[in-house]
Amino acid sequence: MESLFNLNGKIAFVTGAARGIGWQTALMLASNGAKVIINDLADSENLQTKIKDAKEQNIDLTTLFFDVSDYVQVKNAYSSIFKEFKRLDILVNNAGIMEDSMISTASEAHIEKTFKINTFGAIYNTQYASRLMARNNSGSIINISSIIGTKGNAGESVYSASKSALIGLTLSTAKELAPLGIRVNAIAPGFIDTDLVSHFSEEIRQKTISNIKLGRIGTPEDVAKAVLFFASDLSAYITGQVLGVDGGMII
Amino acid sequence: MNIEKLSSAFSNVLGLNGDKITDDLSYGSLGWDSVAHMKIIAAIEDSFDIMLETEDVIDMSSFKKAKEILTKYGIAF
Repeated sequence: MESLFNLNGKIAFVTGAARGIGWQTALMLASNGAKVIINDLADSENLQTKIKDAKEQNIDLTTLFFDVSDYVQVKNAYSSIFKEFKRLDILVNNAGIMEDSMISTASEAHIEKTFKINTFGAIYNTQYASRLMARNNSGSIINISSIIGTKGNAGESVYSASKSALIGLTLSTAKELAPLGIRVNAIAPGFIDTDLVSHFSEEIRQKTISNIKLGRIGTPEDVAKAVLFFASDLSAYITGQVLGVDGGMII
Repeated sequence: MNIEKLSSAFSNVLGLNGDKITDDLSYGSLGWDSVAHMKIIAAIEDSFDIMLETEDVIDMSSFKKAKEILTKYGIAF
C-alpha cells in the first residue's frame, strides 16, 4: 500500500525556512517526496552549507528570498513560483519573530513589526497561494501559530495577539477555501528548541520545562511531523483545526 | 481563438451553454458568486498561462471587463 505520507509530485512552499521549525519542516516535506521551495529574508553562507549537506542526503531544496511582510515582494514571489512550477500544493506560513515586551512598554515600532511579519505576511501568502491552489482544486495551508496565541503569556501580549490572529485566519480561510478543495489548519507549538528561545536563561529554561508534562523541550522535528500530517492525505478530511504540539505544556 | 478560450473558461465553471456567455454577463448573475469567481480566475489563468494581479481579480466584474483586463496581459480579442 502506498504511504499516506507520500508527497510525490507536490510543490511545497515554506516561509522563514532558513532555520528552526521552518528548516526542519522543509526537510520533512522534501524527504517525503515534495519539491520544496524555502523562503527567508536573505541568503547566507550558513544556509548554503545546510542546503549542500541536505543535497548530499538527496534532499533538493529551492530557495526564494524575499520579505513576507512586503506585499509587492510576496506578489512577485508567487509570479515566479507560477512561472517555474505552474502549481502549488502546500504552503507553510512559518516566518515569524518573537520580541518580548510588557504591554505598557510596547513601542509602536515593535507592534507594527510583529504584526507585519507574523500576521500580515501569512495573510499575503495565503492570498496568493490559494489562487495557485484553486487551479487544481486542492491544497493544504498550514499556519504556525503558538501556544502563546492560544493561551497567552505575560510579557508577550503583542506576539500573542499576532499569533492569535493566525487562528482567526485559519478558521475563516478554512471555511472560505473549502469549496475550492483547499484545507487550512494551524499548529500551536509549545516550548520548542529554536533560536527564538535561545536567549532564555538556564533558570527560565528549566522552569519552563517543569511545566511540560512530557518532561522535555520540543524539537523542530516534533513540529515538522505535525506539518507533514496536515500537508499529507492523512488529514484529507481535516480543516479549520488548531493542533497543539506542546508535550502537554501548561502555561 | 482567445475569445473562445475565455468564453469556455466561464461556461465550464458556470455550467452554462456558450451562447449565455455575452458581454452583459456579470458578477452576481447566473451562478457567478464569490466561489465561482475564484474558479473562473483559476480557469482563465490556466487557459492563458498568466497570473492576474489582485486588483484585476477584484475588478473582473463582467465578461466584457474580463476581456479588457486580459488585453493588459497581451491577450488580444
